[in-house]
Amino acid sequence: MQWETVIGLEVHAQLRTQTKLFGAASASYGGAPNSHVDAVSLGLPGALPVLNREAVRMAALAGLATHCDVQLRSVFARKNYFYPDLPKGYQISQFDEPICLGGFLDIESDGTPLRVGITRIHMEEDAGKSSHHAQGSWVDLNRAGVPLIEIVSEPDLRTPEQAVAYLRELRAILVYIGVNDGNLEEGSFRCDANVSVRRKGQSALGTRCEIKNLNSFRGIRDAIHYETARQIRRIEAGEAIVQQTRLWDVDQGRTAAMRSKEEAHDYRYFPDPDLPPLLIDADDLKTWAASLPELPAAKRARFQTTLGLDVAVAQHLCEDPTTADRFERALDEDQSPSRARSLASFLSGRIAGALNKSTRSWLDLDAALSDLAEVHDQWRAGKLSNKMLGDLLAAAFEAEDLFAKALAQARAAVGLLEQDTGELDAAIDRILAANPGQVAAYQGGKPKLLGFFVGQVMQALGGKANAQEVNRKLQERLGDPA
Amino acid sequence: MSLIACARAIATGAQTATAVTERALSRIVAAEPHLNAMVHVDSDGALAQAARVDAAMAAGGPLGPLAGVPLTIKDLIAVAGLPLTAGSKMLAGYVPARDASVIVRLRDAGAVILGKTSLDEFAMGSTNETAVTGPARNPWDLGRVPGGSSGGSAVAVAAGYGYGSLGTDTGGSVRLPAALCGLVGLKPTYGRVSRSGVVAYASSFDQVGPMATTVRDAARLLAVIAGPCGEDATSRLEAVADYEAACDLPARGLRVGVVRSWLEGLTTETHDAVLSTQRRLEAAGAVTVEVTLPHAHLAVPAYYLIAMSEASANLARYDGVRFGHRAALEPDDDLDTLYARSRAEGFGAEVKRRIIMGTWALSSGYYEAYYDRACRVRRLIHGDLEAALRQCDVILGPTAPSTAWPLGSHTHDPVAAYQMDIYTTVANLAGLPAMSVPVGLSAGGLPLAIQLMAGAFDEATLLRCAASVERDAPALPSAPIALARALSGGV
Repeated sequence: MQWETVIGLEVHAQLRTQTKLFGAASASYGGAPNSHVDAVSLGLPGALPVLNREAVRMAALAGLATHCDVQLRSVFARKNYFYPDLPKGYQISQFDEPICLGGFLDIESDGTPLRVGITRIHMEEDAGKSSHHAQGSWVDLNRAGVPLIEIVSEPDLRTPEQAVAYLRELRAILVYIGVNDGNLEEGSFRCDANVSVRRKGQSALGTRCEIKNLNSFRGIRDAIHYETARQIRRIEAGEAIVQQTRLWDVDQGRTAAMRSKEEAHDYRYFPDPDLPPLLIDADDLKTWAASLPELPAAKRARFQTTLGLDVAVAQHLCEDPTTADRFERALDEDQSPSRARSLASFLSGRIAGALNKSTRSWLDLDAALSDLAEVHDQWRAGKLSNKMLGDLLAAAFEAEDLFAKALAQARAAVGLLEQDTGELDAAIDRILAANPGQVAAYQGGKPKLLGFFVGQVMQALGGKANAQEVNRKLQERLGDPA
Repeated sequence: MSLIACARAIATGAQTATAVTERALSRIVAAEPHLNAMVHVDSDGALAQAARVDAAMAAGGPLGPLAGVPLTIKDLIAVAGLPLTAGSKMLAGYVPARDASVIVRLRDAGAVILGKTSLDEFAMGSTNETAVTGPARNPWDLGRVPGGSSGGSAVAVAAGYGYGSLGTDTGGSVRLPAALCGLVGLKPTYGRVSRSGVVAYASSFDQVGPMATTVRDAARLLAVIAGPCGEDATSRLEAVADYEAACDLPARGLRVGVVRSWLEGLTTETHDAVLSTQRRLEAAGAVTVEVTLPHAHLAVPAYYLIAMSEASANLARYDGVRFGHRAALEPDDDLDTLYARSRAEGFGAEVKRRIIMGTWALSSGYYEAYYDRACRVRRLIHGDLEAALRQCDVILGPTAPSTAWPLGSHTHDPVAAYQMDIYTTVANLAGLPAMSVPVGLSAGGLPLAIQLMAGAFDEATLLRCAASVERDAPALPSAPIALARALSGGV
């Protein structure tokens, strides 16, 4: 390995405010073209920006959650360029005095921890959307003015996998603190990657290319792989890397040049005279810091240490706060590690599987989480056999009723095992008597035959028996195999 | 009749708002061929509002402080339903759906809006000569400029088209035409009056200000339009004082600052007008204090660099995409052609000059030398004013170097034209309130004026001093003689 990739990421995350960054128009996604607009987002003559303080709180929260210094004074600037989806002819963005500086994010990739520096977080307004048709070009300004934060990392990442781990962690944090919906497809969480290569051991950075149009984690990984290989190929062929912006083409699986540094705009940034410097009250900042919820890293750690969950399970449960929250609500008071582990796999195995096959969603299950936990506990205690559990869940998920009602009905219909010991003993007697050969074989050294006896006994009892109890009794009766 | 007298006549039933409005409208019809001050007259809207005031009066309902008073509005300020041109071809066909904040306040006070007045294109000019509708004429001498950029507003008030007007002042655009047309013109403290709904020229300087024939009239208009506004992040919460009451306070005890360097470079008559005003204030019990503004000589270049830089961004929205003028295109023309041709056709020469220079001043490699340096000068001038205003309550000086000059004097020398703003731009750079007050006529029959400046949000003191100046200065004829002559068929 003589080459090293150096990656820095710029993430644009849409803040989940009701209204736009500088006006009263709705900031929600979608809507008929140009329906979420007002004088400010249309850039009408005389319209002035007034800052949305909720967006400020959210941007500050993002900084607090990533260990940044939130600046008590920051400045909005005008970034000047002409484009039809930029109504004012300039974008209001923070430039040399952003709201957050100097943070970091701890990630883990391939089992190795890595601290990734965060250079800055700044606030800005989004542009609108242009689309090109045979009849001409259309502009939709619904998105124009929607609040964004841009989170710029240090070039601390070395592999595409680290880049994806960083993005997953950042996304989880933003979703946890409620400032972003984490939706890559709708573009509310977007990423540009700055990629360069250098020979291992070299300290100077190579010439970088900025890759845009990355809208899935897979795309990000593939694009960085492609770009790394392309740059190495060029250098090894004796060609120079041209600093440029490149677009990732998902279908072709390649990046292509969009514009080079020479063609780069001179944005003529200057402080926006319509907006006084943004001042944050130190007490507000303290209140916001105190309002931060448990972040994904802390939650994962707690799930592993206190609840005894495996790394992968904890990782999975903590990827988004609703899943984690659902698990914790189901778990409720009995947090013993054995129950937590069992319940976690019950939810992500049996229940997720049943959901997949049905038309219901997790949302429908929220009112019945404690009932589901009770079903799990009964199954675990042997009061429900596997078959009974399967029947019960199938009935509950297929029914048309609200889930809580359907579940209650299914539970009533299936009932619980009330093992008649005499009946079980009698069945075992019958099966052992009917299969003397197998008994002899078992005792002669074929322990795998235990499964055969369990199956026979369960069948004899019509599936309504506690499998563990059947196991235990059979082993007792058959004795240890030689 | 003053604005205050008009309001009183309507409120007491001595006159109906309809009669007052009809008189103003017929005045416009008679004088406009000579003056060219209006870009749009809204007779129907004005008469409808007058009728509403008369109905309210008949019903005994409460009347606002401007009930039934006809006013004109600089066509840089949005009035819902009336075309908004900003004096440019660029905004052809644009009709705003909403009133500017100041218009909402005027309406709440019961005012009648007669129509929109002409201005230098996008408020860029000191003479009204860059207006797309051609220059308005000074009613005191129809061959002379009325001053700009709120020239149409000044002419309208001087000619009796209603009793007052709202102009905007970025570098002197209320005060200069007020001075040249014999009116009171007040630029409020930056942040005193909302800019929402006002077409932006240079956002860190722009302020809407009243123009009227008396100090007290200006005080009443200011009281109506002043105050915080949720649609303008630069508007401020400071309390609005009783401006009319301030006009009754004597000048006794006021410390009046005089800047010696500002008395150089003036015509003799303007020079004498400032000095005699100073003597009259002293006679009224004010104390003269000499103050210095060490960086004031840098005001014009600093002002123009910042104003042009901001303008280059503010005018980027006029791109032919969403509203206003769009050039006719050939099928093969691209987006850049749409922009370039629309803007080339829509903007006049002075606007283009300022956009180009502002773009240059903000460009990478020039920013530090131009825009940034101008901002540093601005801070120095602000510091000068703060220091001076610790020694005095108001600063007295000239508004313009001379009385009104002939049309076409500076057409080919923009820098000479910019120099006319030498005394006014200081207040914009420092964000302070300032006003021009007429102090009689020159030997040639043209209005003379002085300028007063006061501390931030201290419009009350400014008005108190201005009222004293007005009381003791030689009165102007009740109507401009040249206009009267023109209307009676003479030359």
